[in-house]
Amino acid sequence: MDILNALVAFLNFVFIPGLAYGAQLALGALGATLIYSILRFSNFAHGDTMAIGTVFVILLTWGLQSVGVSFGPLPTALLALPFGIVLTAILLLATDRAVYRYYRRVKAAPVILVMASLGVMFILNGITRFIIGTSDISFTDGERFILTAGDFRAATGLAEGLAIRTTQGVTVVVALIAVGLLFWFLQKTRTGKSMRAFSDNEDLALLSGINPDRVVTVTWIVAAALATTAGTLYGLDKGFSPFTYFQLLLPIFAAAIVGGLGSPIGAIAGGFVIAFSEVMVTYAWKKVVTYLLPDSLAPEGLVQLMSTDYKFAVSFVILIIVLLVMPTGLFKGKSI
Amino acid sequence: MSGAPATPSMTAAAPAQGPARALLLAAFVAMLFIGTGLFQSWTLALLIVNMALVSSIMALGVNIQWGYAGLFSVGTMGFVALGGLSVVLVSSAPAPGGWAAGGPGILLGLMMGAATIAAAVMAAAKLPKGRIRTLGVAAILIVGFLIFRGIFDPAVQAVEANNPAAHGNLGGLGLPVLLAWPVGGLLAAAAAWAIGKTALGLRSDYLAIATLGIAEIILAVLKNEDWLARGVKNVISLPRPVPYEVDLQRSQAFLNWASSWGFDPITASSIVVRLMYTGLFAIVLLALIWLSQAALHSPWGRMMRAIRDNEVSAEAMGKDVTRRHLQVFILGSAVIGIAGAMMTTLDGQLTPGSYSPLRFTFLIWVMVIVGGSGNNWGSVLGGFLIWWLWVMVEPIGNWAMTVITTGMADGWLKGHLINSAAHMRLLTMGIILLLVLRFAPKGLLPER
Repeated sequence: MDILNALVAFLNFVFIPGLAYGAQLALGALGATLIYSILRFSNFAHGDTMAIGTVFVILLTWGLQSVGVSFGPLPTALLALPFGIVLTAILLLATDRAVYRYYRRVKAAPVILVMASLGVMFILNGITRFIIGTSDISFTDGERFILTAGDFRAATGLAEGLAIRTTQGVTVVVALIAVGLLFWFLQKTRTGKSMRAFSDNEDLALLSGINPDRVVTVTWIVAAALATTAGTLYGLDKGFSPFTYFQLLLPIFAAAIVGGLGSPIGAIAGGFVIAFSEVMVTYAWKKVVTYLLPDSLAPEGLVQLMSTDYKFAVSFVILIIVLLVMPTGLFKGKSI
Repeated sequence: MSGAPATPSMTAAAPAQGPARALLLAAFVAMLFIGTGLFQSWTLALLIVNMALVSSIMALGVNIQWGYAGLFSVGTMGFVALGGLSVVLVSSAPAPGGWAAGGPGILLGLMMGAATIAAAVMAAAKLPKGRIRTLGVAAILIVGFLIFRGIFDPAVQAVEANNPAAHGNLGGLGLPVLLAWPVGGLLAAAAAWAIGKTALGLRSDYLAIATLGIAEIILAVLKNEDWLARGVKNVISLPRPVPYEVDLQRSQAFLNWASSWGFDPITASSIVVRLMYTGLFAIVLLALIWLSQAALHSPWGRMMRAIRDNEVSAEAMGKDVTRRHLQVFILGSAVIGIAGAMMTTLDGQLTPGSYSPLRFTFLIWVMVIVGGSGNNWGSVLGGFLIWWLWVMVEPIGNWAMTVITTGMADGWLKGHLINSAAHMRLLTMGIILLLVLRFAPKGLLPER
């Protein structure tokens, strides 16, 4: 029984939170990697794009709630999500016209585009604070749990409970749908194929009659969809605060680079690698270890490798190791 | 600027050239400060001047990294924080009983940690490639980590349990605070060496992301390692290099001097103290500028620019690009560390919770780009101009919002708009950065 209890504790405190967080990071990293492979720069404004997308969704959710619309047991924010994506896409396309298009036309070095994205980051951050302030916001509603710890204990008779929050379930399901749609789009549709061609070899793609403006437009729309979805899921799961979204930039880029910049599969793998390492290194294993070892060997301390405040260090160390050992990432990314 | 395309618009947008243009712009910025002094108060103007001096030095450090060598490092905040830490370590009084509680244990633990990493690096270099190497390095790291935690954790607990309300840390050495400035530079330089050794071989955007992470880690250490500098409990009332206002107000000589000029003693004392800081900071800034200008116009500076403009050809000429990059990265970081120590001295306290990358990394970058990458005087101009704006945008925004909302009925929207004026800063900085990048990519004072 003790091994079962240890397993349940592991699932409850490590696996399920890691899975949800990994799905959120994967969606964020997919957006960053897509922009990198097609627009060819590291978009420092990606975290703030996620934040402002989430702000749109929150405002729409409040609107829906005030007219009495709800999504039954699921969070109302899911109903608002498509409209939030549309608003974010409009914003990103406007940013592209106002800022990035000029640098593409003069064929500026990638680092200049990165600087421009710093400017966009400032502006988006300012707008986010302007609209919604700096306080933490919780906008989840509906059922809180799919499975509560009490029900699980009653059903199985184990001492350890297993709880699955609705937001965790929703995160995984929505992420699966989003990734499925993205891969179908990239592999099967004409536009998706032209995007991949453009990413592989810009000159050849142009030569074969692919319209670059169209590719760029579609890229921004897809990036808006991914960023808004990632931001909304993260906000539902952990609460919305503009500061944390800016700080997500590091794990997201780490995920994209670990997987191989420019590779969608890599971004997903990288997201889960980073998320699980972060959770496992910062989790206090005392409970699991106590179940597994005989009483005489029970640990006194928390059996925690690192305090949770150092979670950045985890993404960072993985990033450095991968860059030193295999500079193109787990799935051969590109370097420009 | 590395890779900046030479567009016609930026040569056309220069009505005055060379020194005349620099003087004109400097006069304009000086007017801003004099205006603040005349219309608001001289204490406020001097407050902005002092932080502008510190910001200019930070901008100088970033300019050394980016303007001279084209290194895209966004870890500025981390080096600023390390400079601040040095002030605590050098100048604050030792915590009574802190060292005895666990000082040697902490030191030994840290040394074991460093030895572990060194052993792992050596094993990775010496052992033949393959499974043995992977296992060996992993074994060294795991055993070393366990020993490190075994020595380090009890010592930290003992130190942090030592009168946590007032101390709970080791405290400093109690040395003069001015000594902390060069030490801050050294601390930042040491960190930069370690970072540069691992991250400088990487491509430009990877370096940016790596340094972004380093800065967050340094800050996390400062926030959580209470034994070091009390973490988020802050270290307050650090010693000052200048007299306290209260002491001046008590001194008969000062009172006589103030009344002989007809000054109000309280205002006069705060102005005199701030002017002393201004003097100290200006000396450091001028010395650093002089050194940077000399370096820039030496063969070394020409080599750096050659590397920046074309790495491949510089390498073909026999220049060791990675080594030069490491050197310039360390130099720039040291300058930023000095500025960080100066800022903490000015504040008189170390508050790790107040460091944010937007303020201490990206704002400094805006200063460098607006001032003109590669031009030391440009960094100073950018530092003064942007810092003045950063401080003044909020009151200006407040005023603008009040004007806009005068016709509105009192209610949720009006309150929201007036409260939001505080967030105008970020918006303004973003717009300024984008406008300069687009219409004057070489900045206000171009490199040549």
